[in-house]
Amino acid sequence: MLRDQDRIFTNIYGFADGGLKGAQSRGDWDDTKALVARGRDAIVDEVRKSGLRGRGGAGFVTGLKWSFMPKEAGTRPHYLVVNADEGEPGTCKDREILRHEPHKLIEGSLLAAVAMAAHTCYVYIRGEFLREAEALQRAIDEAYEAGLLGKNAAGSGWDFDMYIHRGAGAYICGEETALLESIEGKKGQPRLKPPFPANVGLWGCPTTVNNVETIAVVPAILRRGGDWFAGLGRPKNTGTKLFNISGHVNQPCTVEEEMGIPLKELIEKHAGGVHGGWNNLLAVIPGGASVPLIPKSVCETVRMDFDSLQQAKSGLGTAGLMVMDKSTDIVRAIARLSRFYKHESCGQCTPCREGSGWMWRMMERLTVGRASFEEIDLLEQVTKQVEGHTICAFGDAAAWPIQGLLRHFRPEIERRVREHQGARPLAAA
Amino acid sequence: MPKLTIDGTAVEVEAGLTILQACETIGVEIPRFCYHERLSIAGNCRMCLVAMEGSPKPIASCAMPAAEGMVIHTNTPEVHRMRKGVMEFLLINHPLDCPICDQGGECDLQDQAMFYGFDRGRFHENKRAVRDKYMGPLIKTIMTRCIHCTRCIRFATEIAGVPELGATGRGENMEVGTYVEKALTSELSGNMIDICPVGALTSKPYAFVARPWELSKTETVDVMDAVGSNIRVDARGSEVLRVLPRLNDEINEEWISDKTRFACDGLRRQRLDRPYLRIDGKLQEVRWQDAFSAIAERVKGLPGVKIAAIAGDLADCEAMVALKDLMAGLGSPHLDCRQDGAALVAEPRSAYLFNTTIAGIESASACLLIGTNPRREAPIVNARLRKRYRAGNFPIAVVGPAEELTYDYEHLGFDPRVLERIGADDHPVADLLRRGERPMIVVGMGALARPDGAAILAAARRIADVCGVVRADSGWNGFNVLHTAAARVGGLDLGLVPGRGGRDVGGILAGAESGEIEVVYLLGADELPMQRLGKAFVIYQGHHGDAGAHRADVILPAAAYTEKNGTYVNTEGRVQRAMRACYPPGEAREDWKILRALSDAVGCSLPFETLADVRARLLEVNDVFGEPDTVRVAPWGAFGQPGTLSGEPFVSPISNFYMTNSISRASVTMAECTKLFTGGTDEKKTGTHG
Repeated sequence: MLRDQDRIFTNIYGFADGGLKGAQSRGDWDDTKALVARGRDAIVDEVRKSGLRGRGGAGFVTGLKWSFMPKEAGTRPHYLVVNADEGEPGTCKDREILRHEPHKLIEGSLLAAVAMAAHTCYVYIRGEFLREAEALQRAIDEAYEAGLLGKNAAGSGWDFDMYIHRGAGAYICGEETALLESIEGKKGQPRLKPPFPANVGLWGCPTTVNNVETIAVVPAILRRGGDWFAGLGRPKNTGTKLFNISGHVNQPCTVEEEMGIPLKELIEKHAGGVHGGWNNLLAVIPGGASVPLIPKSVCETVRMDFDSLQQAKSGLGTAGLMVMDKSTDIVRAIARLSRFYKHESCGQCTPCREGSGWMWRMMERLTVGRASFEEIDLLEQVTKQVEGHTICAFGDAAAWPIQGLLRHFRPEIERRVREHQGARPLAAA
Repeated sequence: MPKLTIDGTAVEVEAGLTILQACETIGVEIPRFCYHERLSIAGNCRMCLVAMEGSPKPIASCAMPAAEGMVIHTNTPEVHRMRKGVMEFLLINHPLDCPICDQGGECDLQDQAMFYGFDRGRFHENKRAVRDKYMGPLIKTIMTRCIHCTRCIRFATEIAGVPELGATGRGENMEVGTYVEKALTSELSGNMIDICPVGALTSKPYAFVARPWELSKTETVDVMDAVGSNIRVDARGSEVLRVLPRLNDEINEEWISDKTRFACDGLRRQRLDRPYLRIDGKLQEVRWQDAFSAIAERVKGLPGVKIAAIAGDLADCEAMVALKDLMAGLGSPHLDCRQDGAALVAEPRSAYLFNTTIAGIESASACLLIGTNPRREAPIVNARLRKRYRAGNFPIAVVGPAEELTYDYEHLGFDPRVLERIGADDHPVADLLRRGERPMIVVGMGALARPDGAAILAAARRIADVCGVVRADSGWNGFNVLHTAAARVGGLDLGLVPGRGGRDVGGILAGAESGEIEVVYLLGADELPMQRLGKAFVIYQGHHGDAGAHRADVILPAAAYTEKNGTYVNTEGRVQRAMRACYPPGEAREDWKILRALSDAVGCSLPFETLADVRARLLEVNDVFGEPDTVRVAPWGAFGQPGTLSGEPFVSPISNFYMTNSISRASVTMAECTKLFTGGTDEKKTGTHG
C-alpha cells in the first residue's frame, strides 16, 4: 500500500485549498525556476528514468514520446497539448486533478513544454467539464497574475502561455489526432498516422499530446527524482496511479495507489469491498469501458498494471474499474457499452462506422437470446473484422468489450439463446 | 529511392510514393474506394489494407509512404480476409439495388464486390436508409448508396474550390451533403459523378437513360470552350447520350466542365436537318440542289468585294480552310474568324496562343489576369490555376471583374489604364511578376474584344517585356491569350482574317448595313448582331436553328462536333482531332463537304475530294497541322500597336457560363442551370421538404 509520503496528489479530494496559495503550501511551484534551469535534455532524461508511462490508456513511455519532438525548434512552433477530454466511461481521475490540483497540471505543463521546446500549451477540456474548466481557468489566471505563466514564466526565462479549449462532447475527440482536428476547428475525426503529431501535429507543427495525469506527475518526478518514481510500483510499470472504482462496491472512490497493486486489495481496502462480499463478484472491467472484462477468477490474483492486465487479456487503460456483482445482467451491460460505441463512432472509416452498429444490434438481440448459435460466432468474427483495421484505436475499443464477454461468458449467452429457442412454440409436427 | 519487397518481388520506387503506388509500379493491384490520385489521401475506406512485416496491425497502403526495407504482403490469406471483412461492412448498409442503379456496369463497388466479397450476406438487421439530398439540376443523389469515401467532399474542397460539401452526423448516421440543401455552385460539379465510386451521385439528365454496355464510345475533343478537353462521347444509335472526360494530363487531367458534360442534350434539339430557302420572306424546306442554285444565282456576276464570310466559334479547321479557299475563289478579301471582334493578330503565332500551356501553369511563379474570368471562360484552366495556387507561393493579381475565382487574388481595379502603369514599371505588381522565375499573364477576350483591344494587347505586350514574362534563357513564355471559342486559334492558324483591302467583322457588318456587301456567308456564326446584316443575302451553314439561321436566306444544314471528323486547335495551339460519334441528322452533311459541293455550284471548284485531301490542304496552309496532340513552341516576335486605353471597365465576355454557343443554348439542362445560377432562385424542392 502506498505510503503517505509517496503520495503525489495530496489534495485529490479537495479537502484543502486548491488555489495557488494552497498548492504552494503543498509544494507546488517550489523553485520551478531551478527545475526549468536543468534544461531540456535533463528533464527528458529524468522522466525517462522514472519509467513513467502515459496515463491516458495506451501506456506509451512518456520520456520516449517527448524525445520524438524535433531537437531544434525550426520555423514551425512546437505545441504541447494536454488531453483533458476525459470521456472514457468509468473514468474520472483527470476530473479530480482539474478540480482540486490544477496547479500540478499547470506546473507540469510548463516543465513538459520546456522538455519539448514549446511555448504554447492548449488544454482540451471535455465540454461537460464546465466547473472543471472554470477551476482550471481560475488557476491559470492566478498563475499569470503571479508571473508563473506568460513571459518569463516563473522567472525561468522561458515564455509559456496556456490556453483552454473546450470540447463539445464527442468521445472521439479524446483520440489525440481527432483532438487536434477539433482544436483546429474541424470535425473531430482522427488523422492518419504517419505523419505522427510529433512531426505534423497542431496546424501542421510538431505537437505532443499528453494526458492530464501524465503531465501532473512530472513536477513530482523532477523534484524527487526519477529513481524515486521508478522505485514505486513494478518494473516497467512504475510509479503511482489514480484509480477510480465504481459500480457494485460499498464505497466508490478515486484513490492514488502504487502501480501493480492487486486488484482484490484495491477493491477491498479502498472501495470497501464488493456488495455482498467478494464472493458476490461477477466481473470487473479494469480500465475504462474499452478494455475487455475479467471474471472473478482472474480478479483474484491479477495486479493492476499495464503488463499484468495485458497478460490477463485485458488492459489497464485509464484504470477506471467498473465492478459488477452477480446481480448484473452481464450481456446487457456489454450491450450498453456497444451502444455507446455505436453512438460515438466518428463515422470516418468503414469497419468502425458499419461494424459498431452491427455489433450493437447483435448484442441487443443476444441480450434476450433472440439469435442463433451461429450468430455468436458471427459476432466474434465481426469484432475481429473491426479490430485493428481502423484509423484509430476506437475500433479496438468497440470490439474488445464484446470479445471479453464472449471469452468469459459464452455459456451465459448460449443459455439465453437456448431458452429463447425453447420458448418459441414448436412448429406443428 | 527506397527499396522494398512486395509479395517477394524487390522493387525500387521513387521517394514519396505510397505503398499502393509502389504496388502499381509492379502491377500488383490494390482494391480501393476512397483513394484517388488527384485528391488528398483520406484513408477511410480501409479496402487497401495490406500486411507489413514488423507491424502488428495491417496498414492502409494508400496512406503509408513506401520506405526502405519494408516487406509488404498483398496476397496472403490474412489480407484476403481483411478485404472480405471491409467489403462486407461496405455492403451491409448498401441497398444492393444494382438492377435499378445508373452506376450499374461501371460501379467500383460492384466490380470489387465480385472480386473480393462474400457470395452471401450475413447481416440480418435492418439496412440503413438515408434521405436523398438536393445538389442542383445536374447531380442526382441516392444517398443510401453512399459508402462515405468522401471523394466528392475532397473534390469540391480541393479541385473545384467550393467547400460546399461535407459530412454531417457521426458514426453510422454520418451523411454527406451540402449542409443546407442547395445546388453546388461549381462549373466542375459533374466530375463528382465520375469520382463517386458507387451510385450515390449520378447524372440527373442521364438518369435511367441507358446502360453502359449499350453505348458506343468515341474518343474525341470538346468544343464548348477553347480548352479542347479530351472527352469520350457515348452514343446509342444517332443519339449522343452523355459526355465523359478522357484522361489527358496536358489539358484537362480527368475533369471536364459542366457545360462540356451536360450540354449534349442540346445536340438533339433545334437541329437543322434539311436545307431551307427563304421564299417570299419565309424559310421553306428545299432540296440541296435548290439551295445551291439559289446561292449560285445570287453570287453570279457579283464582284468578290461584295461577298463576305464569317466563321463562327464551333467551326472545324477543315470547314474553315474550305471556306477560305472558296472565298479566294470568289475573289473576296472579306473574311474573318473573330466574330466577337477581338483585336487578335494572326502573326506571330505566339501573340494569340496560351504559350505557357495549361500544364505549364503548374510551374508558374506569379500570375496577372487581364480582363478575364477563367472560371467562366475556361473552368479547366481555372482548376489548374487553383491547383497551382494550392501548391502555395503563387501570387495572383486581377485587372477586370472582381469575381469569385476559387482562389485569392489581389484586385487591381476594373480600369484598364492600370496596365499602363504596370507597363511603365510604376506599380508593385510589376515587381511581383519580375521577382519570380516564371511569371505569367493571361489576356482574356474581355480585354481584347472591345474598341481599344489592340491598345490593350500592346499594353499587355509591354508588361511582358518590362516584367520579364518571356525569358529567352529558360525558354519560358508567360504571355497567354485565353480564348473562349474552340475555332479561334484554328482560324488564326489558317489565316481566316481579312486579306488585302479586306474587312474584319466590324467592317463586314458596316458594309452589310450600308449595302456595300451583298452576300454574307456565316459558317456557324451565331453570336453576331444579326440586325446589322441589313439587306444582305445571308447564307447560314450550321447545325442549330439559332440566331444565324433565323436571319438566313439560305440554310445549309451541317454536322455538329460529335458528328464529323474534324480538327480543332485549342487555346494552347494544340492541334486535336475530333472523331465522329454518330451521323448528322436528316440531310445535314459535314461542313467541308457542303462547301466543296457549293464550290461546284458557284463555279470555282475546290481541289479536294476526300478528308485526306482537305487535311493535306490544312498542312499546306500551316504546317502545325502536321503535329496533332502536341504543342509547338511559338517563337516570340514583335506585335502590338500602342494606343490610348479607355477607362471603360473590363467585363467578362461570358455573362452566363451555361449558354455560350448554339448547342448549349439548345440544351434543356443548360437552361435549367441558367435559370438557377443567373439571377434565378433555387425553387426546387429540397430533400427536407416532406
